Amino acid sequence: MSTLPISVPGYETHQPYKGRVAMFTLIAAESAIFTIFVVAYIYYIGQSLSGPTPREVLDLPIFNTIFLLSSSLTIWVAERALVRRAMGNFMAFWGLTILLGAIFLIGTAHEWYKLITVDHFTISTNLFGTTYYSLVGLHALHVIVGLILLLAVFVFALMRALRPEDTKRVEVLALYWHFVDSVWVVVFTVVYLIGR
Amino acid sequence: MSESSLPLPGSLPDATAQENREGTFGNIVEILHDWVTTVDHKKIGILYIVYSLLMLVAGGIEILLIRLQLAGPRLNVVPAEVFNRLFTMHGTTMIFFVAMPIFVGFANYLVPLMLGVRDIAFPRLNAFSFWMTAFGGLLLYYSFLGGTGLQGAGTSPDVGWFAYAPLTERAFSRGHSTDFWALALIISGFGSIGGAINFITTAFCLRCKGMTLFRMPLFVWLMVVSSVLVILAVSPLTAAQFMLLIDRYLGGHFFDTQAGGSATLWMHFFWIFGHPEVYVLIMPAFGIASEVIPVFSRKAIFGYPAMVAASVSIAFVSLSVWAHHMFTIGMSAAGNAFFALSTMIVGIPTGIKIFNWLATLWGGKIRFTVPMLFSLAFLFQFLIAGLTGIMLAVAPFNWQLHNSYFVVAHFHYVIVGAILMMVFAGFYYWYPKATGRMLDDRLGKLHFWLFVVGFHVTFDVMHIPGLLGMPRQIYTYEIDRGWGNYNLIVTIGAFIQAIAIVIFVVNLIASVFRGKIAGPDPWDAWTLEWTTASPPHAYNFDVEPVVSSARPLWDLKHPDDPD
Amino acid sequence: MLSRRNIVFVVLVAILECERPLFAAQSQTSIFSPQSAPARSIAALSHFTLALTGLIFAVVAGLLVYVIIRFRRQDNDDGSEPPQIFGSTQIELSWTIIPILIVTVLFLTTARVVFDVQDAPKPKSALDVTVIGHQFWWEVRYPGFQVTTANELHVPISTSSAPEPTFLKLTSADVVHSFWVPELAGKTDLIPNRINELWISPETAGIFKGQCAQFCGAEHALMLLRVYADTPGDFAAWIQQQQLPATAPQSDAVAQGRKQFETLACINCHAVNGTVANGRFGPNLTHLMSRETLASGAMPNTPENLARWIDDPDTFKHGSLMPAMHLTKPQIDQITAYLVTLK
Repeated sequence: MSTLPISVPGYETHQPYKGRVAMFTLIAAESAIFTIFVVAYIYYIGQSLSGPTPREVLDLPIFNTIFLLSSSLTIWVAERALVRRAMGNFMAFWGLTILLGAIFLIGTAHEWYKLITVDHFTISTNLFGTTYYSLVGLHALHVIVGLILLLAVFVFALMRALRPEDTKRVEVLALYWHFVDSVWVVVFTVVYLIGR
Repeated sequence: MSESSLPLPGSLPDATAQENREGTFGNIVEILHDWVTTVDHKKIGILYIVYSLLMLVAGGIEILLIRLQLAGPRLNVVPAEVFNRLFTMHGTTMIFFVAMPIFVGFANYLVPLMLGVRDIAFPRLNAFSFWMTAFGGLLLYYSFLGGTGLQGAGTSPDVGWFAYAPLTERAFSRGHSTDFWALALIISGFGSIGGAINFITTAFCLRCKGMTLFRMPLFVWLMVVSSVLVILAVSPLTAAQFMLLIDRYLGGHFFDTQAGGSATLWMHFFWIFGHPEVYVLIMPAFGIASEVIPVFSRKAIFGYPAMVAASVSIAFVSLSVWAHHMFTIGMSAAGNAFFALSTMIVGIPTGIKIFNWLATLWGGKIRFTVPMLFSLAFLFQFLIAGLTGIMLAVAPFNWQLHNSYFVVAHFHYVIVGAILMMVFAGFYYWYPKATGRMLDDRLGKLHFWLFVVGFHVTFDVMHIPGLLGMPRQIYTYEIDRGWGNYNLIVTIGAFIQAIAIVIFVVNLIASVFRGKIAGPDPWDAWTLEWTTASPPHAYNFDVEPVVSSARPLWDLKHPDDPD
Repeated sequence: MLSRRNIVFVVLVAILECERPLFAAQSQTSIFSPQSAPARSIAALSHFTLALTGLIFAVVAGLLVYVIIRFRRQDNDDGSEPPQIFGSTQIELSWTIIPILIVTVLFLTTARVVFDVQDAPKPKSALDVTVIGHQFWWEVRYPGFQVTTANELHVPISTSSAPEPTFLKLTSADVVHSFWVPELAGKTDLIPNRINELWISPETAGIFKGQCAQFCGAEHALMLLRVYADTPGDFAAWIQQQQLPATAPQSDAVAQGRKQFETLACINCHAVNGTVANGRFGPNLTHLMSRETLASGAMPNTPENLARWIDDPDTFKHGSLMPAMHLTKPQIDQITAYLVTLK
């Protein structure tokens, strides 16, 4: 035996689920990264020496935003269903979440296609171009990563491999998805409302 | 030194120790495979520490070459381009690949043991973090082989460790030196963030029964605070480095002044990382001091809650001081005044910590073991370092001292005189736990005295050329400046320190084979790691400990006077 | 024995702290021999700061030494543990309050000097100079006088009876540099796309040395700076001289040299007022020989050095942006013969 059984009575300390704490910490780190890109965007508003301005080329992505933000609602409904073990409901709403996220990405791709081919507006056009594509692109990258993970969970559900103890893991992933959506709220406000 | 006053097991040879020894003669490939694929926090801790020591040697060779070049005016030991690569690599290596990983190594090894648990929260993430860090460093050093090869020191970074824009833009930095810098640090940055997530989660979710947050050893607290700073500070650096790469490869203009971009924006982003970063480095050193000093004063740490509060305050305030690295960029008077104030304020909780350590010593029975010698030197030297920091906080004084050798002297006083000092203390203190053997005491004392003498010869004198107008990051200087003699003395001190480090490394290696057998608790200490065997079994604890104070072993050894 | 050694260390360090100002006298770039108002304000504040931190050091280090000596384990120690003290609200409060007071005093003193120096009013008699940083030289312009020169700037002295401070506008054509002449003022950075301001008021005539203080590339170390403070008469004479166009060639050899200069791509980078040479990338050479050094202080300004520089700048300044022109010796000699007439 290598340790003494220290049996002085203590009391139970309630400690949170480690996945949740880790995800919150990751979200804090990601928030710091996004903050820097947002600060750069705001700092350079109106500073471009030439090239198109936001007002000239950006349209308000209302539908895109509605789709993405409703995916936060659908994922929440899916979570509730999973807690109840209503797997049919869970898969429906989880799948809907993925679909809404995918539509958002397609919408962004469509917007960029127009900007590049019609307006000839790219990341190297001017300061607005650099900060716009970086910020929106960074967000889109996080949406892609989120969708991949959501898809993986969907596949596990299809294979009937989601056990009750996995519920809290799925909830942690949903937390990430909510984060991605809230970043979009900030990006939308800064780029399409304030910056225009 | 006195051994534990409890008859803890492990002083008798037991089966597992023999089993370990037999494994040593096993297949080399199996051993390598074990170490490369391990997810055990103790092994990963040792990997981090050994990696850091190798990088310490690399960074040390770089500085010895630098000091030879600067030992006199207008010398030609290395050409300008090589010199510029050497000092960039020295700074980058020491901060990202020595100081950060060595404490992550210590924390990896110790935190689960101190918390009474089996392993860290996410062992696979832990391994991943180490290999990301290691790969980042290897990528950085691979740069020496690129470009025109070693003669021109390859294409290694040559833009200074803070890589100001637009010097780092494609227009002024052709070739890949800046790319190596940015990529290596982005990769190791992911490793740092992974490690930070692990420590924070472990401390908040995985403590043994009875261990409330305020019964955790202070070292764990300080690692948590350091990790929070990593989360908040390394991320901005990663973001800025992405921006730099976007500028260099996608035609972006983040820091492209020709397109209206801002050079000062890089400075803000970098120092928003750079200042909290130095607190990332010092917090674990504070943590080690708060473990070692009480044990060798034979007194509990004075003011545990205040120490926690002070550490958290320092971390919080440190997020608001970054532009004290930018007093000369032409900020408004109000801006300069604000950052001067915030920088002075951060000195208050820092001073409080020094007073708490002093009060711990007061009324104690001080034992001058080697870890304690390093800790006492730490106290003196950190005091001085903090005071030169206060001098630098006085913005007008800073307008003269910024980017001079005074600043170089100040931050080396912190990093070498305080941080490295506690790294040494930590080695001498916990080496017996990790290896089962004591480090040689006489060699330890020789290492200590030689290093302290060399340190003072170099870094006390180094302040003077700064006051006499010598800027930093210059590969040579004019004869008529009057800096030559001081620089010569500084160089001599560097070599003295190098010899001391050689002695230390010899001690580390030789003591594995010849050190005195340590037993589980050679220092008569009080925290949970000293209840395990030395070295601990793979699973750490047979039975999950239950604690009722911050010093569970003290309670056991003093049932009449528990905490 | 251990305690004695600790005391020795404390004393050594204390001596070093106090001796720093003494070394100042031997150097031309010491921050403690101020010759201009902003440098004086800074030096005064620095002395106060040193005194304050010195006092703090003496008290805390003194306590540390005392504690180490007084509470070391005695040889005849019985092995018992000393009384365990976990804290004291009173003591902890006092060592929180006293530092807050110290910080308050230090901050108020600091803020006053910050505002005094940065927001100093600009008198009508002030001289305007623009300094533009380049890799690795200083472009100096006097907008009020239509003068452009390089690396060595002349300013009038400024006394309390006849104040004539020089107000510098600082910017950069490429990367970040920093203007630092310790005896005249603190340093201020030269940042591309930004204009910073700095003022100096040298009180005595003489030369003040400095150098670039922000790493700017390969030859950052040799981007030296010379400021000549002149009496009003000398300054006026210098300005007049600088305003003249380039000396016309007085001999055929020199004329030949000028022709070489103007046809061999030199004028792509260099300007010589009154001739076709109008390049902006390198220093203005109209009055090259009025400068004491070449290549921003890299070497003394002599015809031999000039010839060697033209032949291959890398011999003096390896990362300099002036390429080796690969000229023949006769070409170099002729061009040098021309340039040495540009007084």
